[in-house]
Amino acid sequence: DNPPAMMGPARVVASPSLPLLRSRRLASPGFLLAGAAILSATALSVFSFLSNGHAQNVGAPAAAGLQARTIGGVPGVGMRQYLSGLKGKGMAAFGGERGIRAKIPSPSAVEIGVEDTTSTQTSVSPLDSETAGALYEDMHLGRKFEDATAQWYQRGKVFGFVHLANGQEAISSGAIKQLRPDDYICSTYRDHIHALSKGCDPKEVMAELFAKKTGICNGQGGSMHMFSKKHNMLGGFAFIGEGIPVALGAAFQTRYRRDALKDPNADQVTLAFFGDGTSNVGQFAECLNMASLYKLPIVFVVENNLWAIGMYHYRATAPHLGDQLPHIYKKGPAFGMPGVNVDGMDVVAVREAIGKAVARARAGEGPTLIEAETYRYRGHSLADPDQLRSPEEKERFAKMDPIEKFRAYCLENNLLTEEQLKEYENKAEAKVQEAVEFADNSPKPDKSQLLNNVFADPKGFGVDENGKYRYQNPDFMAKSAAAGLQQ
Amino acid sequence: AMETDPKAVVFGEDVKFGGVFRCTLGLVDKFGSDRVFNTPLSEQGLVGFGIGMCSVGHTAIAEIQFADYIHPAFDQIINEGSKYRYRSGSQFECGGLTIRTPYGVVGHGGFYHSQSPEATYCVPGVKVVIPRSPIQAKGLLLSCIRDPNPCIFFEPKILYRASVEEVPEGDYMIPLGKAEVVREGTDVTVIGWGSQLRILDSACEMAEKEGYSCELIDVRTLYPYDIDTLEASVKKTGRVIISHEAAVTGGWGAELSAKIQERCFLHLEAPIKRVCGYDIPPSPLVFERIHIPDALKNLDAIKETVNY
Repeated sequence: DNPPAMMGPARVVASPSLPLLRSRRLASPGFLLAGAAILSATALSVFSFLSNGHAQNVGAPAAAGLQARTIGGVPGVGMRQYLSGLKGKGMAAFGGERGIRAKIPSPSAVEIGVEDTTSTQTSVSPLDSETAGALYEDMHLGRKFEDATAQWYQRGKVFGFVHLANGQEAISSGAIKQLRPDDYICSTYRDHIHALSKGCDPKEVMAELFAKKTGICNGQGGSMHMFSKKHNMLGGFAFIGEGIPVALGAAFQTRYRRDALKDPNADQVTLAFFGDGTSNVGQFAECLNMASLYKLPIVFVVENNLWAIGMYHYRATAPHLGDQLPHIYKKGPAFGMPGVNVDGMDVVAVREAIGKAVARARAGEGPTLIEAETYRYRGHSLADPDQLRSPEEKERFAKMDPIEKFRAYCLENNLLTEEQLKEYENKAEAKVQEAVEFADNSPKPDKSQLLNNVFADPKGFGVDENGKYRYQNPDFMAKSAAAGLQQ
Repeated sequence: AMETDPKAVVFGEDVKFGGVFRCTLGLVDKFGSDRVFNTPLSEQGLVGFGIGMCSVGHTAIAEIQFADYIHPAFDQIINEGSKYRYRSGSQFECGGLTIRTPYGVVGHGGFYHSQSPEATYCVPGVKVVIPRSPIQAKGLLLSCIRDPNPCIFFEPKILYRASVEEVPEGDYMIPLGKAEVVREGTDVTVIGWGSQLRILDSACEMAEKEGYSCELIDVRTLYPYDIDTLEASVKKTGRVIISHEAAVTGGWGAELSAKIQERCFLHLEAPIKRVCGYDIPPSPLVFERIHIPDALKNLDAIKETVNY
């Protein structure tokens, strides 16, 4: 299993520095450092423009309304080296095979995104210290929680298939933290941090991972099935794409309550999270169509981390006609909704993009498709040796750590001091520690729970002629498959 | 099959680098990426695509990453794959299609990596084959690929790492539609397939020590199944135990029970006993060990049936 030598096209997209150009100081050195990435990428993009002759829209300022933009370039690696490496190799730079397979196009393609000016929502409320602190703590909690999960998995307390979301915290925190408690979210199997951001108790989530009775699903679900009625977390889906229709249904019932049942308070929004591979599943298309048709208050959030286990996004998804790279957000307009591209490593940008989409949905203007470009620092799951992704790629994205980025941002913009940040970190770590202790000390589920919840009644198997639950009949256990379970 | 049939291709999710269970390791180096390629995450799409290829004469070996994910392709398999030959009056057929998929509990699978949906896919027009060991797997898979009918080949995933055998190199085929008597005995007929055989074998060992002589049969091809071997064995012993991981209600044991009692009613000395999974979604992680029909449960069933 040799890791491929490819670099892959770069995806430098909106970073915090761009909106800041409008309203903040440019002078502080830290800001310049933070902005260096985008500036150098801009320079590199200009270079690529000169060498490749593609039209580009570099650093377009964020206008009112939803706007998406993509800027090509390879930050951190000399453009000259990269291009010269490609010279004469053509497709060989990406692995060398030819034949009937998806071709990966040239890396310096630049496209102008979709601009939607139909929304009446202009911007979200600016970040203040308190909100920034909450965001930072949540991201840190997510990271520490996932690290703790990995640790306890190695020690044998967490088992099964576990998928960690290190690197994707910005999307979870940026998107979910601004929802109301009665808004819904639907996730995938990479759902621990989504549950945490939505407000689920880390103790219960960890207990679920340890498969204890006190877990959020009584130990019956496990890592991939985090559900919470209290926090309106609709799961936790192991099967990709299966959560999207479920989210659609939740959004529909909001619309129904508002329009058919005339409930003026029915303005909940649903967020459906899924990955890049899922955009090729039939259910994705079906749901986008219906959402648009019925103008549902739903926001589809694609967490594009480039890899569907071992399937590279650019080899799995065909580009839009006329493009060289596939862009999932461009599928939105085809289904009648705006498509927005956002840098998923930048919690401020995510918060803004999703905030606008949520406001749009809440106002009854319909769905939005948001593609947040991110990366997962760990393998697909804890059982994944993660040998397919090149070290260069991993390093490149490690430099874009969303938590580090946000930390720098907070310090630069005097939202939080070093001490405050440290305090939030300690709080997060304490929560994780508490969660692990709680989970470890919790009891395992009883054997008698095995048959619970198959059907609506507590022990399944229905009601008999006398109107009593079947399991209450003393003969029931002796004659059925449950024999041997009585405790 | 890839070597002898130039029109054969292998595809599925992540098969290129070898697959999540390393089943297709090395194939792309040998046969090139025109013949071994990854598909996007669309099970319905990839099975339908396979059916289409086969209907014009090619051979498609599709891999579904886990049997739990085969359900989006249910429509294609049941509505298109199984009926192709029938409804076109044999003008077209998709016999070149073989779907390989790992099934069964594995200790840590949870609800979406442990299912045993073999009963649901036993429909007229499709053959369902399940091997119990590597030697059987190679022969049966080659037979499936070369069989002029669409086949679903369920591979017991728990045996991927656990099973070690000296597999003969070279080409050999094991005929489909024939069950195999793995162990001869006189007191009771024990029937199973796939990963369950290992468990049943140890149950039979334990039973032998206690003086019960068990005849163990591996069904191998679930549909169409070899009723003659089963019938001959049941007529000899008069007692039957059928064991599988899938839920007892509606599992394939139900079909076999019905058929056996139809043919051997007067020879039966005891009711046919099914030792199977409970009627819950298979399989909750924390309860997996009590959910699966393990050797002890089968041993108890053997004793109970023989002493009926």
